[in-house]
Amino acid sequence: MTLSTRRIEAMCLRHLYILKGSWPRLLEMAYWPAVNMVVWGFTNRFFAEHSTWVAQAGGILIGAVLLWDVMFRGNLGVALSFLEEMWSRNLGHLSVSPLRPHELVISMLTMSLIRTVIGVLPAALLAIPLYHYSIFTLGAPLVAFWFCLMVSGWAMGLAVSALVLRFGLGAESLAWVLIFAMAPLAGIYYPISTLPAWLQPVAWALPPAHVFEGMRAVVFEGDMRLDLLASALALNALYLALGAGLFLWAWHGARVRGALLNVGE
Amino acid sequence: MNAVEVRSLFKSFGPVKAVDGLDFTIAAGSTTALLGGNGAGKTTTLSMLLGLLLPTSGSITVLGEDMVRHRYRVLPRMNFSSPYVDLPHRLSVRQNLKVYGGLYGVEHLKDRIAELADELELGEFIDRPAGKLSAGQKTRVALAKALLNKPDLLLLDEPTASLDPDTADWVRSYFQAYRERTGATIVLASHNMTEVERMCDRVLMMKQGRIVDQGSPAALIERFGRASMEEVFLDIARDRQRPEATS
Repeated sequence: MTLSTRRIEAMCLRHLYILKGSWPRLLEMAYWPAVNMVVWGFTNRFFAEHSTWVAQAGGILIGAVLLWDVMFRGNLGVALSFLEEMWSRNLGHLSVSPLRPHELVISMLTMSLIRTVIGVLPAALLAIPLYHYSIFTLGAPLVAFWFCLMVSGWAMGLAVSALVLRFGLGAESLAWVLIFAMAPLAGIYYPISTLPAWLQPVAWALPPAHVFEGMRAVVFEGDMRLDLLASALALNALYLALGAGLFLWAWHGARVRGALLNVGE
Repeated sequence: MNAVEVRSLFKSFGPVKAVDGLDFTIAAGSTTALLGGNGAGKTTTLSMLLGLLLPTSGSITVLGEDMVRHRYRVLPRMNFSSPYVDLPHRLSVRQNLKVYGGLYGVEHLKDRIAELADELELGEFIDRPAGKLSAGQKTRVALAKALLNKPDLLLLDEPTASLDPDTADWVRSYFQAYRERTGATIVLASHNMTEVERMCDRVLMMKQGRIVDQGSPAALIERFGRASMEEVFLDIARDRQRPEATS
């Protein structure tokens, strides 16, 4: 499989130019994670005084919301990179350039990583002076959690991009809403055992459930559960392959239908 | 030598036959027009030549490569311009050219952009957002993007649509000079008969997905006994018989 770093760099440059030229966009990227973190910071403070469970681990809810934002931003970063091409009616030019679809995918994932760091890092740093909570105290497991949730977001972002390519810009709101269908099952703020028994297998089929359980194991017990990490990685590999496969299938379908030349607003 | 060879090409969208059995070749270094009314299959054919659209059946060979199976071998040697496909609006002209230069693997990109800016007179607006340019300026930017990689095959969809006569004339002259200078092959889809008469060595007249006639503009005008390509176009579009065929 041919892979050109120059073409991937060119696509990243295209999106970095947009970010560089628009400070409101940069601000917006950091704004929502920060607001979310502030709200959950106060919630965490309240529960720490009224709940023995939360009191055992200061900042558990802040850590959870920051990690959830990694997945949310990961998904949005991929989908927005693709939507930008559709909004600007640029897909036709890209499709007749030497850029391969898998290079386009890699550039979207790279931009997602950049957007997520820009979005989540300020909120994580802000939590230190505001709530005396540093997510960085999780240490090495934080890297593993971040990676797993990022990949889950990528898989969903690629699936959303595929749906937009197949059904047009009418489906663009899926980039913002689809991921929330996963939120109740991910066990972000509560253990998976809280869910009804019949729903728990569904939750365990999703990588974030393993990540958030793993995070609680680190925070409450100081134990890095490698079994949970391994299952999250395996499930992520499966979902990422499905997401990428769906996107490439939708791309091929667009070439059959002639949809690449005239997509846009 | 042929730059393009098309054999038994069909494209259907459900029950609609957009392209219905095309067979043609395009000589290297020539300028060829695909001419026809709306829905004749010009853009569909152009899209298949670009590999943007997969044919239902048939073969397309471009610059010696099978376009369906090996399009990425030949895409770096081709380029495309259409008024209906935009460049990112928020990026400046220079930024757009840098991005596309990277995608096409253009060597000495800075020099190439400077060269095109000079030739196409982009200087005064090269650092302005592409979305804030006039139609004429946008056309020149699209041209710069299409010529960045010095293509051996240039496909143009209505290259002078919505341009004033002065700018349109300038664009046509530029393409003619480019072809003479580089020996590139140009294929264009157009509704503009003046443009076709002036620029093209050969015309493929299309109707309902088929080639119904072909030849040089002069030969077609003579064969139909008309004074211009516009009259030939109307004869074909309205199913009039050729004058000699009715006599």
